[in-house]
Amino acid sequence: MDEEYDVIVLGTGLTECILSGLLSVEGKKVLHMDRNDYYGGDSASLNLTQLYRQFRGTAPPQELGRDRDYAVDLIPKFIIASGELTRILVHTDVTRYLEFKQIAGSYVYRDRKISKVPSTEMEAVKSPLMGLFEKRRAKKFFEFLQNWKDGDPATHQGVDLDNDTMASVYEKFGLELGTQDFIGHAMALYLNDDYKQRPARPTYERIVLYTSSMARYGKSPYIYPLYGLGELPQAFARLSAIYGGTYMLDKPIDEIVTDADGKFVGVRSGNETVKAKQVVGDPSYFGAGKPLQDGKVRVIEERKVVRAICILKHPIPETEDADSAQIIIPQNQVGRRNDIYIACVSSTHNVCAKDVYVAIVSTIVETDRPEQEVQPGIDLLGPTYEKFITVSTIYTPTSTGESDHIFITRSYDATSHFETVVEDVQDVWKRIFDGKELVLKKRDVQVEA
Amino acid sequence: MSKQFQFKLVLLGESAVGKSSLVLRFVKDQFDDYRESTIGGPSFVSLVSYLGADSREAAFLTQTVTLEDQTTVKFEIWDTAGQERYKSLAPMYYRNANCAVVVYDITQSTSLEKAKSWIRELQRQADPNIVIALCGNKLDLASRRQVSQEEAKKYADEEGLMWGETSAKSGEGVADIFTSIAKKLPLTAPPSARGGARPGAPGARTGVDLNRQAAAGQGQGDQCNC
Ligand SMILES: Cc1cc2nc3c(=O)[nH]c(=O)nc-3n(C[C@H](O)[C@H](O)[C@H](O)COP(=O)(O)OP(=O)(O)OC[C@H]3O[C@@H](n4cnc5c(N)ncnc54)[C@H](O)[C@@H]3O)c2cc1C
Ligand SMILES: Nc1nc2c(ncn2[C@@H]2O[C@H](COP(=O)(O)OP(=O)(O)OP(=O)(O)O)[C@@H](O)[C@H]2O)c(=O)[nH]1
Ligand SMILES: [Mg+2]
Repeated sequence: MDEEYDVIVLGTGLTECILSGLLSVEGKKVLHMDRNDYYGGDSASLNLTQLYRQFRGTAPPQELGRDRDYAVDLIPKFIIASGELTRILVHTDVTRYLEFKQIAGSYVYRDRKISKVPSTEMEAVKSPLMGLFEKRRAKKFFEFLQNWKDGDPATHQGVDLDNDTMASVYEKFGLELGTQDFIGHAMALYLNDDYKQRPARPTYERIVLYTSSMARYGKSPYIYPLYGLGELPQAFARLSAIYGGTYMLDKPIDEIVTDADGKFVGVRSGNETVKAKQVVGDPSYFGAGKPLQDGKVRVIEERKVVRAICILKHPIPETEDADSAQIIIPQNQVGRRNDIYIACVSSTHNVCAKDVYVAIVSTIVETDRPEQEVQPGIDLLGPTYEKFITVSTIYTPTSTGESDHIFITRSYDATSHFETVVEDVQDVWKRIFDGKELVLKKRDVQVEA
Repeated sequence: MSKQFQFKLVLLGESAVGKSSLVLRFVKDQFDDYRESTIGGPSFVSLVSYLGADSREAAFLTQTVTLEDQTTVKFEIWDTAGQERYKSLAPMYYRNANCAVVVYDITQSTSLEKAKSWIRELQRQADPNIVIALCGNKLDLASRRQVSQEEAKKYADEEGLMWGETSAKSGEGVADIFTSIAKKLPLTAPPSARGGARPGAPGARTGVDLNRQAAAGQGQGDQCNC
């Protein structure tokens, strides 16, 4: 085969598809391959047959309904409305292939029950999450954040966001521990308490992201694509194809071929090798989870995440029958070091049959009995019709790829949204282009006839 | 007030049968003898000069048909973008398609076989109510015909498909086939809650509109200067 590509992309997960799309728009000649016969890799949404084949090795029960009605996500994430992924979706105009709905509510677990994270001032006033005096203190804290201007010391109230720890800022406003849990975990979306000992700036930015996302559509800070998260990689793959990207699914990748110096040469499938200048791919194409073969360790295990995909025949109790929800169980509330998340969607999002709800409970693994670690979350769901447990390892690349032209992405982490995925895209982009930042170009948009 | 409907239309068929050319004729009333395939970068050079720099994506266009009773049908047209080449078409492509134009080239009998396999694929994967039109293109080359009208028509009848012949080059039959589809679509159906048709108001997207909201801008994270 004499065709040579600029970049070969391996795996059609969201990270790889965004990169593939942006690389094609940039004018690179891209070949995008996946070993599976479907798009999405670890960020795919499966139909019933695929789901039961993967987890049970059986056919699905008839009573769950038709295959075509299901698109069950493998990773539980939502899109935060004012985040970077939304910006990429809009700038690349792939929104034209997708439809989005709001996630109906965001909830937080406290003192053995769940309460809605207030989305309006009215809800905040009525919320049982804080007592009257604490509400006043919290109000002062939020006003402080809202009024903060970097260039105007008068708005700083003596706080230095870049040097003072978040703990010291909480202390200044006299906020109770429970309130700190609420702010740090339900709003800033930190998975543990490490952030408190670090400078306050990132926490400030996360709270601003949360509140501006909440303000955008009203009910919760999250939106979700109809037909499941698996639509996202497909939309970016189409972008790539329209800009000349070549797609091959169902291609076993047998070898990453390198030269004597270890530099990337091509990819071998069977007895054919396709050549390219660079390769981008998810960790599973670079030895993740496999015994060492050619002596190179290209990815290392960072941590493990346990996820329980649960099929319910009812909405989650205490959510006012919400068609979708996020529930955060802060670690302190259940004596853990990492939060437990629940993400629930339903037929409103065209991901399952009517009157069925799909809830994924997840957390970072801390013990050798991961299944028990998600139990406090499962307990909030009521009876589960079906429960599939997965434990996945989060891998991270050992090298930047600058010398060998092998650019490896990271596995999908335990955060509730896609901001770290976009960070990874930006990071890989910089590595590919010798430190040049990713600047989104506005795609030429057709004026509708 | 006249009624307006919007439908998603997908094109399928072997490479070089004239899918993109049919769309170009229907939407812009133009034709290009030296069109390059929808696969691969260079074709865009010619495409962009055709459609104007504002529409890089020939694979996604819209065109409106007005019927006799003043009902307007807006087609949201999806071309394959080459992803079908190695059997890598995404399910998203068929998803919610209300109608499909499956194209063959009347001068290539193998292209009809390929069209039949796409039709089987649609019958298996797409919405059961999808309206499928089988379209024999390059009618201007009838002297080199390999597929007879009888053969194609018979197959279409057996499968319950619409059928017609076109020339994207001369324009013959192109408007007819799209108009016939517009007439056949369920213009009376109530907007269905899930799957299938998305009729109703023009651009009847029920979800949140990222574009509009982003343009309005809440301030944070929206400071692009383009
Ligand atoms: C990883 C990998 C996957 C492949 N998958 C397929 C496949 O699914 N189906 C298939 O027919 N061939 C596939 N090929 C290519 C194929 O096996 C031969 O390499 C090719 O058909 C002949 O190559 P050539 O150099 O003689 O001619 P080229 O000039 O490269 O091409 C001749 C013909 O082969 C087709 N072709 C070229 N490269 C590929 C390619 N990568 N994939 C598919 N078609 C190609 C072209 O469309 C053209 O019609 C694959 C090759 C590799 C390396
Ligand atoms: N004579 C004649 N040529 C046509 C007609 N329609 C298309 N062509 C030519 O056929 C070739 C292929 O047309 P395309 O529209 O690119 O075909 P396509 O089906 O979109 O091909 P892919 O994008 O590769 O899948 C071009 O050279 C066109 O000029 C027609 O009606 N008559
Ligand atoms: Mg084409």
